Amino acid sequence: MSAIIELKNVSKSFGGITALKKASIKVDVGEVVGLIGDNGAGKSTLIKTLVGVHAPDDGQIIIRGNEVKNWNASKAREAGIETVFQDRALCPQQSIVWNIFMGKELKHRFGFIREKEQVREANKLIREIGFTSKLIDAESPVGNLSGGERQGVAIARAIYNNAELIVLDEPTTALSLIETQKVFDFVDNVKKSGRSVLFIGHNIYHVYDISDRFIVLDRGEVVHQLNKNDIEGPEALMKVMKDAVSKH
Amino acid sequence: MSTKESTFKNLIGKNGRALGSLGYFIILMLVFLIGAPEVMMRPNLHQSVFVMLPVIMFMVIPLVFLVTAGEIDLSFASTFGLSAYIFALLLKAGLDPLLCILIGILSGAVVGILMGCLVVYGRLSSLVASLGALFFIRGFLFVASDSKSISFMEISDHWIYDVLVGKLFGVPMQVYWAALFTIFSYYLYRKHVFGIHIHHVGDNPDSAAQMGINVNWVRISAFMYVGLGAALAGIFSCLINFTWWPTQGFGYLLLALAAVFIGGTPTWGGVGTIIGAVFGVGVIAYMEVGVVAMGMSGVWRQFFNGLIIILAILGHRFHGGRVR
Repeated sequence: MSAIIELKNVSKSFGGITALKKASIKVDVGEVVGLIGDNGAGKSTLIKTLVGVHAPDDGQIIIRGNEVKNWNASKAREAGIETVFQDRALCPQQSIVWNIFMGKELKHRFGFIREKEQVREANKLIREIGFTSKLIDAESPVGNLSGGERQGVAIARAIYNNAELIVLDEPTTALSLIETQKVFDFVDNVKKSGRSVLFIGHNIYHVYDISDRFIVLDRGEVVHQLNKNDIEGPEALMKVMKDAVSKH
Repeated sequence: MSTKESTFKNLIGKNGRALGSLGYFIILMLVFLIGAPEVMMRPNLHQSVFVMLPVIMFMVIPLVFLVTAGEIDLSFASTFGLSAYIFALLLKAGLDPLLCILIGILSGAVVGILMGCLVVYGRLSSLVASLGALFFIRGFLFVASDSKSISFMEISDHWIYDVLVGKLFGVPMQVYWAALFTIFSYYLYRKHVFGIHIHHVGDNPDSAAQMGINVNWVRISAFMYVGLGAALAGIFSCLINFTWWPTQGFGYLLLALAAVFIGGTPTWGGVGTIIGAVFGVGVIAYMEVGVVAMGMSGVWRQFFNGLIIILAILGHRFHGGRVR
């Protein structure tokens, strides 16, 4: 499998505090990678560097085999990396279709919207990623959706924006079991479509269930990279993480 | 649930606020019809309503955009007077009336942009900033005009008078212009990227910014549209009355705002309805004459205006509060 993105020996510090120490990770096509680590382990610095919010102080960023210099957010989007942040950046009073096309509407000349096309495309997208309820269509307001379904709308929007790698930042936080399962179904469908997902979570059980591979961060360093086969279950993964922390 | 039934429910659900406003308008008309059947059946009563109703429409429709964007503007009632003043001065100076109108409209848009910049870049509350602008501009008009009105009877001989405020099939021309403006605004609001971005900015400005929408520009352009509408209203009012006077438009301030809210656009931003606002204007315009038509003294007018506003927003509550 080939890597969509590879970070090699990437370091980042903020005013003397090292947030990332020579971190090297990669995400392959069509895999779900779980990123775990305690608070302050450097998860968000790693993610923000990956999506171009932070420029790395040192190290290489390699996109599909080619190194990219002067890494930034717009280069990350060009490379097909889309982030779904915790707050999901949705407008709850607007319809699903307006949210999916927010800021990137399909327009006629003079700026009028190609409404039918947008609705058709949005309906296709939400069916593709696994919306099954007949009560929900592209024109339903996002405010009527559950937490998991809202996550789905944000994921659908990322796909519309030509995402090859979708970064999900704590997507199951504060969701019930059923809602979490919905998010997992969405992620499965994203994977089936050949895209990749980087899944960041606090809940080891959630990360274990959904991921093919795990990256364990501690104090800015990548301390483990494990395949699901290498590990027996979420408890074992938890132990790996705890052992890393207790080494300090 | 059958498809037909669900389509019907969908229609109600999507247009609940507009239908609610239509409901209030119908109820109000029924009350007046029962209370004063002979007066309400007289065509000249409706004609007199339809002379000034379009003027209110020009102010209210752009306000729906601004309120949807999560802002408010009070200064439009003075922009009305300022643009009309500029129009009147230029007319008196002998400029071509068409040019006077265009410059007048432009001046309203410019005031709107300045108002928007003040709120966006000065990080001021739009309520307070526009309250200041309301008095400031009106004060300027009193000083500049020395509190004297300007009349221009001669405009009635010009072709532009017939085109803008003459009569076609017995209906004042301004009704057609206001209808055109409203239809255009409806498409701008629902089907154009400008209107859609206004919804997003009013709903969740942070999300809108994250998705690449220029939030500041959207806000400023909404203020610009309000200024433009106020200028149109002011110029039409001048043409209808052949006169500019220093307090012109001031009386519309609260009525126009009331029409927006009776029309079903809530205060919190992100949602609104143009069609509802049309009925909101209808309620306000008929309120003015209906109470008197029913034989009550004019002093009751404000009492009923207030009652209608409270009942209307209570009613709109049933279409649901804010979803988050």
